[in-house]
Amino acid sequence: MYGRKVKLRFLFITLILLSLILSAYLILKSLEENVIYFKSPSDIQFLSEVKHKKIRVGGMVKINSIKISSNEVNFIITDFKNEINVSYSGLIPNLFSEGKGVVAEGYLKDKIFFEATKILAKHDENYMPPEVKAALEEK
Amino acid sequence: MLYSSIGYYSLIFGLIISFPIILLSIRNFRNEEVLDYKIITFSFIQLFLVVISFLGLVFSFIYSDFSNETVFNNSHTTKPLFYKISGTWGNHEGSLLLWLVVLTLFIFLFLIKSKDLLKKYRVLTVLFQQIIIIGFFVFLIKSSNPFNYIFPIPDEGLGLNPILQDPALAIHPPVLYLGYVGSSIIFSSVLAATTLNYVSKTWAIHIKNWVLVSWVFLTLGILLGSIWAYYELGWGGFWFWDPVENVSLMPWLALTTLLHCILVLEKRSNLSSWAIILSIATFTLSMCGTFLVRSGILNSVHTFANDPERGLFILTFLFVLIFLSLLIFFIFHKSDSRNSSSFFLLSKETSILINNWFMMYFLSVVLIGTVYPIFLDVISSQKISVGPPFYHKLIIPFLIPFLIFMAIGPQLKWIKSGLEEKLHLVVLFIISLLISFFIVKNLNVNFLINTILIGSAFYLFFITIRDFFLKGFKNIQQNIAHFGFSLLILSILFNNIFSSELITNLKVGESFKNDRFEIIFNDLKKLEEKNYTSFKGNFSIRENEIEDELEPELRIYNQPNIITSEADIKTTFFTDKFITMNTVKNEEYFNIRYQVKPFMLWIWISVLLISLGGLISLFKKNYEK
Repeated sequence: MYGRKVKLRFLFITLILLSLILSAYLILKSLEENVIYFKSPSDIQFLSEVKHKKIRVGGMVKINSIKISSNEVNFIITDFKNEINVSYSGLIPNLFSEGKGVVAEGYLKDKIFFEATKILAKHDENYMPPEVKAALEEK
Repeated sequence: MLYSSIGYYSLIFGLIISFPIILLSIRNFRNEEVLDYKIITFSFIQLFLVVISFLGLVFSFIYSDFSNETVFNNSHTTKPLFYKISGTWGNHEGSLLLWLVVLTLFIFLFLIKSKDLLKKYRVLTVLFQQIIIIGFFVFLIKSSNPFNYIFPIPDEGLGLNPILQDPALAIHPPVLYLGYVGSSIIFSSVLAATTLNYVSKTWAIHIKNWVLVSWVFLTLGILLGSIWAYYELGWGGFWFWDPVENVSLMPWLALTTLLHCILVLEKRSNLSSWAIILSIATFTLSMCGTFLVRSGILNSVHTFANDPERGLFILTFLFVLIFLSLLIFFIFHKSDSRNSSSFFLLSKETSILINNWFMMYFLSVVLIGTVYPIFLDVISSQKISVGPPFYHKLIIPFLIPFLIFMAIGPQLKWIKSGLEEKLHLVVLFIISLLISFFIVKNLNVNFLINTILIGSAFYLFFITIRDFFLKGFKNIQQNIAHFGFSLLILSILFNNIFSSELITNLKVGESFKNDRFEIIFNDLKKLEEKNYTSFKGNFSIRENEIEDELEPELRIYNQPNIITSEADIKTTFFTDKFITMNTVKNEEYFNIRYQVKPFMLWIWISVLLISLGGLISLFKKNYEK
């Protein structure tokens, strides 16, 4: 009925379409599960419920709030409206200091307590994460 | 002052030279049979002027001429000479000037190297390349002039970000750019070839060299960046799926796909449309990389402070180029059906095509992971980031068939291949799975996926070794590159599985012990260096009766006033011992991170092997001629 060439081409196109659909499905599904949302301390106050999902919290490190012991660092992130307590044990980047911008990644325990698993390093002392800038400008 | 002016005016004259080149090209395209020699002469003059302009900037940096804004922003008198020079391309303006140097250099080399090709094709390539060159000239002069004059002249500059003051990062941008910009030649020439319906075997043989050159440089550039990130950022990893890294990976994936596709085009005159699309995609992705890194749109941990307005220009320029190339593709390209009927299911070209699909899948994963956060921010102003789990989950399972096809593909013949005498393929696969089974059995990791994954990497590993002994130098370039890839995957997997780390906060004299290591903070020394103060810690680390002494360092730079930590790494054949120390708020405590990272050295070596494959392919070809 159809020539070999047509059949082959048909098979080829079906394969491409199938793999396209499959990869689109996989990517979207994985995206849904693996994105990390960024919140400011104020956003967290307005949350309706505290979920156990990894998020990032950004703002300024409150002056005189860093307390350090041999296995933990505690500090407060503020956006000058609301604050959140952070506890963290792990690698601390050099540009982490009081009165400077910070982004911490981890899990919320409740609306005023955050357990960080990572503090993000930055390369530039004047650099402020866009999220922090936006969060600070909003106020 | 003087050098800046020389640089600035050479830049302007360089732009002006573009017009005679374009005029000559158009006239030459219509009339004569041979290429007008003046085009080559003018291209050389343009290259010369751009190089002079670049040298002008280099000398402004060497002599710390702070009347130049770029120098003022990025240099300092106390900086060592080496970093004064490398500071030239360590910033936005300088790096774009370097782009331009490479753009003009490559078109000149192209003209010299393409003597025996169709005249019209050469002229048209020059024309398309000139469009890109003019775009960059205008961008450079209008929005990021490296020779801006400031008055009153400051006494001292602001200094170069200290983490850029590093030998690996001094050569990383030029090497990476050679790769990025090399793809511009591929882009221009593919547009020219499409217009003239010249996408053929001859063209494929000729363009393959350019693909190889950019590919080797891009691979090495990414490697250098990765090594730098490993020891300088103190995270102890080599790849973070950070947007800035992803934008260099995307053109690499496209270029690697193109390289394989060109092979089919060269041997079988097939897949011409696919080759055209890939060539366009590679350059577009390189441009996107520049755009995303320089525009400040990316939310990256690597981002340096930058200017969002510049992004608009690159974006517009990018759209013009994409539009132009698609227009040319749809108007001029006639897919030739001469050979498409002889496409058999079991053949080398099919396996290359299948691997191309996988590469495209990896590319789209990386692309979506990088672009989606920007997209979401624009439409809903939600701030998100896409972390490593996303990429791992989507890429790792697909590596298994990818590796297997990579092993089997080269065993097949062109056109049509049977499965006779292919018993060794099955035997080796079973052996690989068994080895991997015994390795993974006693480990505390996900059993099934790790066994299969390590098994397929071993499979490729053994097959390439077997080929090397049986076939010797016959197909050595492909063999080495594929072998390197299997080694890379194996090293990364073992590195991930066997790494261990310890993080603690210590004061001088204290020690910390867990079930595996004991760390003792012996001493802290202060040293004054030329442009920074150094605090060197001395640590003893005990593990199973073996004691190591490591000395990580903290540097407090005077200008700009930044603290960096320099990791101390003890590299041996099988494992790296890696320690970093950070201050916290000038308190007595230091944040210590100690890591044991097996097979780090092998990750670098395997990438070198991969690019060696490209190099051999490049020289072997010319040698055999």
